[in-house]
Order: sequence, then C-alpha cells, then structure tokens
Amino acid sequence: MFEYAPAPESRSVVDLKPSYGLFIDGTFVDPTDGGSFKSINPASEEVLAEVAEAGAQDVERAVRAARRAYDKVWGPMPGRERAKYLYRIARLIQERSRELAVLESLDNGKPIRESRDVDLPLVAAHFFYYAGWADKLEHAGFGANPQPIGVAAQVIPWNFPLLMLAWKIAPALAAGNTVVLKPAETTPLTALLFAEICQQADLPAGVVNILTGAGDTGRALVEHPGVDKVAFTGSTDVGRAIARSVAGTRKRLTLELGGKAANIVFDDAPIDQAVEGIVNGIFFNQGHVCCAGSRLLVQENVADRVLESLKRRMAQLRVGDPLDKNTDVGAINSAAQLERIRELSDAGSAEGAERWSPPCDLPDRGFWFAPTIFTGVTQAHRIAREEIFGPVLSVLTFRTPAEAVEKANNTPYGLSAGIWTDKGSRILWMADRLRAGVVWANTFNKFDPTSPFGGYKESGYGREGGRHGLEGYLNV
Amino acid sequence: MTATTTSARSELSELGRSETALRTFLHGLPGVDQVGAEQRAAQLGTRSIKTTAKAQAIDLAIRMVDLTTLEGADTPGKVRALAAKALRPDPADPSCPHVGAVCVYPAMVPYVAEVLRGSAVHLASVATAFPSGQAPLEIKLADTRAAVAAGADEIDMVINRGAFLAGRYKEVYDEIVATKEASGDAHLKVILETGELATYDNVRRASWLAMLAGGDFIKTSTGKVPIAATMPVSLVMLEAVRDFREATGRQVGVKPAGGIKTTKDAIKYLVMVNETVGPDWLDPDWFRFGASSLLNDLLMQRTKLTTGTYSGPDYFTLD
Repeated sequence: MFEYAPAPESRSVVDLKPSYGLFIDGTFVDPTDGGSFKSINPASEEVLAEVAEAGAQDVERAVRAARRAYDKVWGPMPGRERAKYLYRIARLIQERSRELAVLESLDNGKPIRESRDVDLPLVAAHFFYYAGWADKLEHAGFGANPQPIGVAAQVIPWNFPLLMLAWKIAPALAAGNTVVLKPAETTPLTALLFAEICQQADLPAGVVNILTGAGDTGRALVEHPGVDKVAFTGSTDVGRAIARSVAGTRKRLTLELGGKAANIVFDDAPIDQAVEGIVNGIFFNQGHVCCAGSRLLVQENVADRVLESLKRRMAQLRVGDPLDKNTDVGAINSAAQLERIRELSDAGSAEGAERWSPPCDLPDRGFWFAPTIFTGVTQAHRIAREEIFGPVLSVLTFRTPAEAVEKANNTPYGLSAGIWTDKGSRILWMADRLRAGVVWANTFNKFDPTSPFGGYKESGYGREGGRHGLEGYLNV
Repeated sequence: MTATTTSARSELSELGRSETALRTFLHGLPGVDQVGAEQRAAQLGTRSIKTTAKAQAIDLAIRMVDLTTLEGADTPGKVRALAAKALRPDPADPSCPHVGAVCVYPAMVPYVAEVLRGSAVHLASVATAFPSGQAPLEIKLADTRAAVAAGADEIDMVINRGAFLAGRYKEVYDEIVATKEASGDAHLKVILETGELATYDNVRRASWLAMLAGGDFIKTSTGKVPIAATMPVSLVMLEAVRDFREATGRQVGVKPAGGIKTTKDAIKYLVMVNETVGPDWLDPDWFRFGASSLLNDLLMQRTKLTTGTYSGPDYFTLD
C-alpha cells in the first residue's frame, strides 16, 4: 500500500488577530452597540477570532461613508484611475494568496487544494478582469458614457467567501460604485483580510466597507434607504425576502440563488472523464456549490457501468483535514448545515432511495459528512427536488434525450446543467432546451471571469462575470 | 476468476479472427475526452508526497526502473557498467534496492546477461526492428528470437503504427501474436509509440489491441520520437489495463518510457497508479519506468532523505 504521509500547509502564514472590528470608511472600528460573535474552524470547532456584529447604526455609518466616497472620490474618478486601484488589489491578492488560501480553508473548511488552486486564482483573475473594464465602459455595449448606480449593498454566502466577494466587489468598483459588503456569519475572516488589502492598496476611504454580522445585519443593510443597488448570493428563501423588501423602492436588485442542477450522462459519453465530472460536480467544495451537479441523470443502458466507476472513484476521495494538501473533501461549513444535510439524507433513505458511501474515517471533532450517493431516486423524492448543499448525489436514469431534458428541467431552479456525450450535435440540441443559466458540456464547475454566470427561474436573476456582469452595476 | 470473466475472455479472444470484429470492438470502446483526461492527470500531479511516503515511493520507483541504454554508441563495456549499476544502484548504501531490469539492444544482451546471471534483475531487450518497426515480419521475429536466445527474459516490441493508423488492426494484432509466440517464456512488452498515435482514443484502442493479442505489458514509447511518455497518455493506458482485467481477469502491466527524468515526475506516476488502478499495480512486476537519467535523481533524493544533505552529481555514477 502507498499511504500518503500528512502534508499539512503551514498555519503560521496567517496572522490572525484575536478580534476584528468593522471596516468602515477605511478603518477598523468597534461596533456602536458592541455586539460580537465568534468565527470557528469547522474542521475542529476551535474559535478562530471574535468578530464584531454590526447593528443598524453601524449600517448607517457604513452607507454614509460609501455615499460620501461615491460622491466625492470614486464616482468622479476617471475609469483609468479606478483601474489602477483594482490592478493593485489584484496583485496584492496574488502576492498574499497563500495567506488568503490558508485562512479561507481555516474559516470555511474547504480543502487547501481547492482554496489554493481554484478560489484564489479566480479571485485574482476577477479583479484583473474587471480592472480592465474600468476605463472601457463605453465599449461594454450599454451605450455611450454609462454611469454607475451609486452605493451597492452586497450580501454574500459562506461557500466561496472570498470568491463571492470578488464577484461582487470587482465589477461594482470597476463601474464606479462604492460598496458595503456583508460576508456570511460563519466565514467573515477573509473579507476582513481583504479589508486590510484595501488599506494596503491605498484604496480611498469608504469605497469598500465590510460589515460583519448575521441575518439582522444583512436585513438592515439591504433595507437601508441610502442604498441604490442590492446584490445577493445565497438561498432562494432569503432571496425572496430581499426581493419583497426592495419591491417598490428605487433599488436595483440582482440575485444568485439556489440550484438543483442535472448532470446528464449519455451512453456515448467518455465514461472516465464523465465520472471525474460527476465527482467534481457534487463533491467539489463538499457540495456547497449553488451550481453543483446534485442530480445525476444517466442513460439507463450505461447506468450500471457509470455507477460502478463512480463508486470506485469515490473510494479514492480523501476526506479530512482541510489544511492537508492531499485532502479532496473537507469539513461541512457549520453545524446547522450538517444538520440540514443529515435531515435530507435521512429523508432520502426513508423515502426508499438506496444510500451508499465509501468506507471513510471521519474525524471526531468538527462537522463532517461522508461523500454519499443515492440510487433508485425518483423525481418525487425530496432529495431530487430540494437543494441539499452538501456532498450528496441523487442518481436518476433516463431512456431518451427528450426524457433527460424533461427531468432536468423539472425543478423550480435553473442555475446550471452538465451534458456528457461524444456527439456535438446533441450537446447543442440539449443546450437549447435546458432551462439553466450555465450549461457545461463534457466538463463541470468551470468558472472564468469572462463568462457570465446566473440563473433561470428561482435560481435568481442578473448575471455576474463577463461583460454582462457590468450591467448590474451600471445605470442602464 | 468468475464465470462471466471466463466467458468474456473467450469471447474477446475470438475478436482477433476478423478485421471487422476487431474494428467494431475497438471503435465501440468509450471515447476519451482530451481536456478531461489532461485535467485529471494534472490534478493527480498536485498530490504532495512527503517524508515516509516519499521514502517509500523512491524505493519503489528504483525497483521499477528499467535502466535503459539504446544508443548506436553502446559498447559491451558500457552495458556491463549499466548492469552492475542495476544490481547495486548506490554502492555506498547496501539498503538501496536493485532496479527492475536492464534494457538494451539485442546485440548487447549477452554482455548484460553475464553480469546479471543469478540475480533478480530482469534483462529486457528491444526487438522487432526497434524503434521504427519498419522491417519485414520475419526479420522482426528473428530479431526477437535472437534476443531471447541471448538471454533476454523480457522483450520490448514496437507495434506497426502505419498499419494501426491505416486501420489495419488485424495486421497489428497478428504481429503481436507472432512476436508473443517468438518470445517464448519471455515477457512481452508492447510499445504503442503513443507520440505517433495522435489521439487518446487511439491510445485506448491500441492498448486494448495489444492486450487482446496477448501482450504482458503495454509501454508508451520508444523514447526515439519527440513526444514520449506523458501523464495523460499513461492515465488512459492505466484505465485500459484496469478495464481489461475487469473484463477478462488477466492483469497487464504498464510501462511509461522516455522523458521521465526526476523523482518528482516518478512520484506523480506512482500517485496516478495508486489512484487509478490501485495497489495491485504498485509492484515492479506490473509497473515499470523506462528511463536512464531518472535513476540518478532517485538516488540523490534517496540520499537526501536518509542523510539530510544533498550530494552533488559527482557522487553518483554516470552511465
């Protein structure tokens, strides 16, 4: 046997403070009402830092700072000057990427392999990409001399803390807006390190404000009358509440919500690569991915073969310490999320689906869930309809391409889909019919700053990334 | 072996009887997506193998080396020196394992055989008009018989790439069958020369063809064309031997050759073997590296691990 010795990434590259304030108007300040909460390492339940909880008065201060910066500095600044700041931030992110990657893995539980090889390169790429747009906005296809909207309130989730920050902040700043961003309460730390990077880059005060806190902070922020634009990534339920609260106001809204993507494997698919794509689709980031391929639709005449290969591949997944460079699947982000995954998985078993996980030793402390697949799933099962947001795959079969389309589209969501076939014409035929914002062909979970991302139906509206991603931050 | 694999095996052994059956079978194999295969190979290359795992991997890699010299300038003296090194790669450290085999041209086999006699190091000889294979079949078979007669217990043959690319699968198949027969008890390694096959689909088909025809090992390259062994090509071949054993119960070895020069590269391959086909192949009987300069790098890294200091290249023998 070839056992891999532990290969832990060093924690000491991150200099964590015991406590963090709110980042308002270019400096870290204490919250007005003095509230705070703890951010923990989900892999060990150890407390990482104490973080301030912003109240209504803090939201007021932050929005006012953002407004001032918008009126006085950032709004009037020529695009080429804004670009310089964004390029500088992008370079600082690259320079400090190891530190950011370790902190992301500590706070989120995702494997260092992913934070190092996926999250951080994409974060830097987003800033570089949108920096390039800052002085070229009149060529973006939104008319001559397009104007920013103003102050953007941005609320982001815990699954890709820094990447979602980049998706929100980079286009907003490039277009000339200022922002108040609230990171998720379980993963606030990399956003605070990003605030330090803004200071390091000499970004003018008030252009970026970071308010840590939970749902109440987020609500106060999006409901604040001084906000011109709201951008939210997270659950469909919260997205609905936000849409209700901004209805009837002047605020622009973009939402990127849940998903229940179908990953569709035809009988002529390259099987080995399809299996990699299935694994990447559902076990990447512990399945905490809104566009995860959580429903595998496999053509019935290759179902046995695909499942056999999939199980063999799953047995190779290394679950454990997120900081070990050889870990493939890390910790579930929080106790609450683990509870939800367990509840839905139990429902899957109770409703008659067959559950399978490879043998794997889970650590005693922290939040863990073994990679799991359910076979014999029907469209009526909860695990085929509800977003689990965990490493749990529901396997369904289909007979004809038309049936695959029907099943894939039979969900209130419509964020992403995957098609696996050697036949190019079938890829195009399917892509025309799938009601999903992103359709991957013979790959899955591929992201690029130049490519727009967003949903159909209850997966939200608006696009992030690419030229299209500017639209949500321009007055068009 | 189960009843199903026995019947599958006999069904598959029928394929070689007809060009049509072979073609239908080979073209019915699942395709390989180039981007996906390369991505997977790259991902396997990011594993971090340290400390005890690294020490274990280095010793295993040394045992898997087919220490090779295939030059027009090879002399009896040079190949004797190589054989001596194969037996004791690190004269300063008796705990260092011997390599898997020495690989030379047929004319050099007798000199190597003298040195290796009585040892566990195998003697491989390239044959069949290596590296081009551009000779009449009788000459290729005579080449093979001569190498075996001179003492080789492993034969590295080249497939007829022209026939393969032209779709004359039966011709390729028959040549392998004939070479296998000419090899007698010697193990037959079938060189696909993947650098000339152009696509991963072809690599998979050629792998199956070689296995169906009775090859004991499938080997990537001669090392004589610009593109030698690559991780994705080896991955596709590993998947093929895995699937072949599943279908027939017979295990076939894999030998990437050419271009693997560093310990880091070798460890990436071992990781790929481990995670694609599993521990059954992590053995010199089932996986080999066709290499020459690799061995010295393995020895240098081994010395670094055991002594804590890097020795300069002058401390290791050049061959």
